[in-house]
Amino acid sequence: MWDVEIRGMASAHAIVASSIFMATVMPAVFVENFSVYGTHMVWLHCVAGSVAVVNIAVFWLLGISPPTKKNTLSYKLNRLFRSCLYFLLSCLFFHTVVVLYGAPLLESALETFSLAVLLSTLTTLRCLCILGPNVQAWIRVFSRDGAMSVWDTSLQITTGCSVIGAWLGALPIPLDWDRPWQIWPISCTLGATTGFLTGLLAAPVWIHWHRKQLTYKLK
Amino acid sequence: MKLSSSVFALLCLICELVSIALFLRGFFPVPVKSSLSDKSKETDFPAEPQTVIRIDTLKGGMPLWTVKIFYGFLKSNICVLSYVRHQALTTGSIPGFIDVVMNLNSPALLEDNLIWQAKSAGKRIIFYGDDTWVRLFPKHFMEHDGTTSFFVSDYTEVDNNVTRHLDGTLKRDDWEILILHYLGLDHIGHISGPHGSLIGPKLMEMDDIIKKIHASLISKESEGTLPNLLVLCGDHGMSETGSHGGSSEPEINTPLVLISPAFRRKAGFEEPGVLEQVDLTPTLALGLGLPISKNSVGHLIPAVFEELSLREQLRLLQINGHQLSRLLQDSNPTFHKEDGYEQFRVAEKSHGSWMTLYVDGNTSEVLSNMGKKVLKQYLEALKAMSSALSKQLGKYDMYSMIMGMIFILQVLFLLLLAMPEALSREAVVDIPLASSLLSLPFYLLCLFGSALHVLVCTSAGGPCYLCSLPWVLVFTVILLSSAFTCALVSMVARRMPTSNKTPTKGSDWTLSELDALLLIGTVGHTLSLASSSFIEEEHQTWYFLLNTLCLAIFQDVCRKYFREQRHRDEEEDRGPLLPTGAEEGPSFSPAVELGMSPGSEKWLALATPLLTLTCCRLLRSLNQTGVQWAHLPDFGHWLNSGDHKAFLSVLAAVSLVLIFLLVQRHCSLVSKIALALGLLGVYSYRAAVGNVLFPWQHSSRAVSKGTVEARFVYVFVLGILFTGVKDLLRSQVMPSAVDSGRLKSRGLWEVYSGVVLLVALLFRAHNLPTLACCLLIQTVMAQFIWKKLHYDAAQTTIMHYWFGQAFFYFQGNSNNIGTVDISVGFVGLESYVEAPAIFLTALSTYAGPLLWACHLLCFLSSQRDRAVMGLGHGSYCFALLRSIPAAFYVVLVTSLRYHLFIWSVFSPKLLYEAMHTLINTAVCLFFTFMDQERSTRP
Ligand SMILES: [Zn+2]
Ligand SMILES: [Zn+2]
Repeated sequence: MWDVEIRGMASAHAIVASSIFMATVMPAVFVENFSVYGTHMVWLHCVAGSVAVVNIAVFWLLGISPPTKKNTLSYKLNRLFRSCLYFLLSCLFFHTVVVLYGAPLLESALETFSLAVLLSTLTTLRCLCILGPNVQAWIRVFSRDGAMSVWDTSLQITTGCSVIGAWLGALPIPLDWDRPWQIWPISCTLGATTGFLTGLLAAPVWIHWHRKQLTYKLK
Repeated sequence: MKLSSSVFALLCLICELVSIALFLRGFFPVPVKSSLSDKSKETDFPAEPQTVIRIDTLKGGMPLWTVKIFYGFLKSNICVLSYVRHQALTTGSIPGFIDVVMNLNSPALLEDNLIWQAKSAGKRIIFYGDDTWVRLFPKHFMEHDGTTSFFVSDYTEVDNNVTRHLDGTLKRDDWEILILHYLGLDHIGHISGPHGSLIGPKLMEMDDIIKKIHASLISKESEGTLPNLLVLCGDHGMSETGSHGGSSEPEINTPLVLISPAFRRKAGFEEPGVLEQVDLTPTLALGLGLPISKNSVGHLIPAVFEELSLREQLRLLQINGHQLSRLLQDSNPTFHKEDGYEQFRVAEKSHGSWMTLYVDGNTSEVLSNMGKKVLKQYLEALKAMSSALSKQLGKYDMYSMIMGMIFILQVLFLLLLAMPEALSREAVVDIPLASSLLSLPFYLLCLFGSALHVLVCTSAGGPCYLCSLPWVLVFTVILLSSAFTCALVSMVARRMPTSNKTPTKGSDWTLSELDALLLIGTVGHTLSLASSSFIEEEHQTWYFLLNTLCLAIFQDVCRKYFREQRHRDEEEDRGPLLPTGAEEGPSFSPAVELGMSPGSEKWLALATPLLTLTCCRLLRSLNQTGVQWAHLPDFGHWLNSGDHKAFLSVLAAVSLVLIFLLVQRHCSLVSKIALALGLLGVYSYRAAVGNVLFPWQHSSRAVSKGTVEARFVYVFVLGILFTGVKDLLRSQVMPSAVDSGRLKSRGLWEVYSGVVLLVALLFRAHNLPTLACCLLIQTVMAQFIWKKLHYDAAQTTIMHYWFGQAFFYFQGNSNNIGTVDISVGFVGLESYVEAPAIFLTALSTYAGPLLWACHLLCFLSSQRDRAVMGLGHGSYCFALLRSIPAAFYVVLVTSLRYHLFIWSVFSPKLLYEAMHTLINTAVCLFFTFMDQERSTRP
């Protein structure tokens, strides 16, 4: 049982990670002069889009998301609407936090917001896919000892890693090194993506190593 | 020996301060000095080789030619205040960095200098301008009118005072040298930066004055007299923010214009060349026919003398070379190996043979070719000697540096080893000093140290500070150091078995996320000091850490208040998404405090970190500091630009009201009234100085120095401080413990509000919001976070320290000496008085860290029921937080002493670190005092 779950998660993570890889390589076919630094915004949107699509597809197919009690169309629509709202709110929240950290308020607002969208895709969207638009469940997962399944633990790890990656990525921005990746928000997005990939890789490994200690309450 | 934590911390800080002072003494080079006694008459011209005739024209002044404008750039060295620059201009020696520190007040210049040489040659000198010149050269001027330059906000009076003498003086004939020092432009730079609206008119005014002088000099020109020379130069440039003292290009490059009929008129405008500032002194000295100052390290500017005959040129070069080689012999024991010295000897020899030919009456082409060759040799020799002398400045006194470093590291290890004891409930540190004093290794170490000292001092080639100290003092240092080493070793030995016996103790001591953040932040910041870029932009590090801290606190608040909630709130889903990962939570029980309804308290607690974040974001755009982004327009510039005076007035008034509302809560009625009047006084002081307007005052009236208003505020500051101290003393003799505690807390708050009032007076008008925000954050954080979330004394101290550091930069400081606002030292003073000026400048520069430390003291002592040992823990943490970066930085600077940026980036930061340690020691002293008071009570 354990191994099956972990293996399933590892393969899901591998698919998501490969989608990021594809998003980095594929646009070169369609877009002229495509490069991660040069046409950074295109890259960013490709990554965000592909991660979103692949995440939704994978979790829908796997059926990880909590079973819905009512199967009516209006209920489903309601859920969809709430998910979109939460996603938008989380984008705004990240945008605010980034501005508070010192990003310019007006100029390059588009770049800042794109970063917020990327961060939301890497964190909130996965929460929405796995837990649904259920705030109670979110609070449970992110409070201490609240994880009830391997997916919850993986969620904790990937979310933490993405945010810490973005945090670390912001460190070298003000320095006078004049590198191409110091332009706002390249280092942050790269940091967040790297952190996310690390999280995807680390989560199955960590869970596998600690499977003795992890005792999940039954749902 | 048992010591309480606070006393232990204080002793450690004092030791550290002494060792940093020792390190600084070794680190900052002593300027190159000639061994001849100062101002001895001995410097005469060397005999011209192979000749008996002295050419008199060379002793008289500049020979006649027609007008030419010589235009170039003066490249000055890095230094701080203009005194040092005047010194560089007149003595021609490069000011050592230590001069910057020593010359905050300028005593009479004892060194051999150009002005003194001119005076003793019988030249009559007139001076108008900044009175630092008059103090530097007392009795040197036939006539002078010094204006005090310290009211940096004044840019008309200082200049008018110079100009009003000009017409009369130019008509007269009884002087040879006229020195005019215009300060207005410099002051405008300090007020509004190089792009302000005041700059243009001022430059036009200066143009007119130069035109006037030039016209009058031309009209005076007549046959037979010597030609006049007009020298136009600046002692320093202006950075993008309008200050100076750093090492950016616009700060150290200033134009130098020499206008004289003695120069040939050039057809077009030539590409200007770059010169060293020290080169001006020998050039002027030789042009005036004076001996070159002995300590001058510059070489003459060849272009100025190119119209002279070859023989005269060679003669001047020889005089200059002679002086430089003399200085080189005196300052460098291995001068024979210097290239320049050797070249000079060769050049002098060929000069001799050239003279033989010349005196023989040879006028062939051979002679002129040979002369040109000699000229070239001389010039190369001069350049080489000059640069060799400048390099002398880069020599370090390694012995003192290493001793200081060892001392600092010992203190750091002592602090680190004592951590478990110092942060225990008893807060008592046991230092095994007595046992180590009696041990054999101690005596062996003493013996070894003394032997080493003797060995180093007998073999040292260069100057060494420790060797010049009396041996009793040195022996005390060695004694202390060996005792420390022994104590350290025995403390390590004591720790060893305990850590082996109880290995389980470490595992149940879990690190909360906040602890992890505080630890990572402290270590990360310390490590970031290794990079010059991070030092230049250190404020960014602190802002970043502070933001993360606020978000971590926000998360803690969410954890505390929303764990069991079943409501669906907007804030809820935000909480878990905060940047610090969400693996482990803090281990406290959520106990709802009394006092406020839990519902509103929850929301207030939640809003507090957000409010703090918003405040920090606003303050960050108020003062743009650092190096890379310092030139960007910030809100502070916008406020000061003159067009927005009304807005600035409103902002200042609102800030002052806010300050009053936030501070008065804890004070007695008398202090409240005094505080209100004092803050009113602050506003009227700012109005008098011309920063802000009164509502009824529409046009800007005459700007005064505001001395009366400032003194009015000082009276209230002293009054409030006096009331506070009186309350503190009275609490000592109170019989009941409750009353005494209350009185003591009130006394502390009153002292705190006195400090706030003083800072409000000293801060520039646009910085008053910084102060208001500081107080606001302190109040709300104390009310809703530190009290409610049960942070222990150590955590609270670290947070206070971080806030203090961030506010140091919020108020516009940087790691560049240029941003120190020296005009603060003259608030309420008619003239420069050393002690208060230094005190006020230090206070206003370190206002941020100081206010947060004071707040910590007030907060911890009012929380005594919860954390009995709070003050001890607090002062210990303060000492540790200061020691870690200081020790690391000292080691770093020692290893990077040949780094390219050592003088421009690393050494100013070293001075800031030393000053910060001094401030922290003062704070710790106060902590210890308060802690002692508690422990002496039954
Ligand atoms: Zn100046
Ligand atoms: Zn100045």
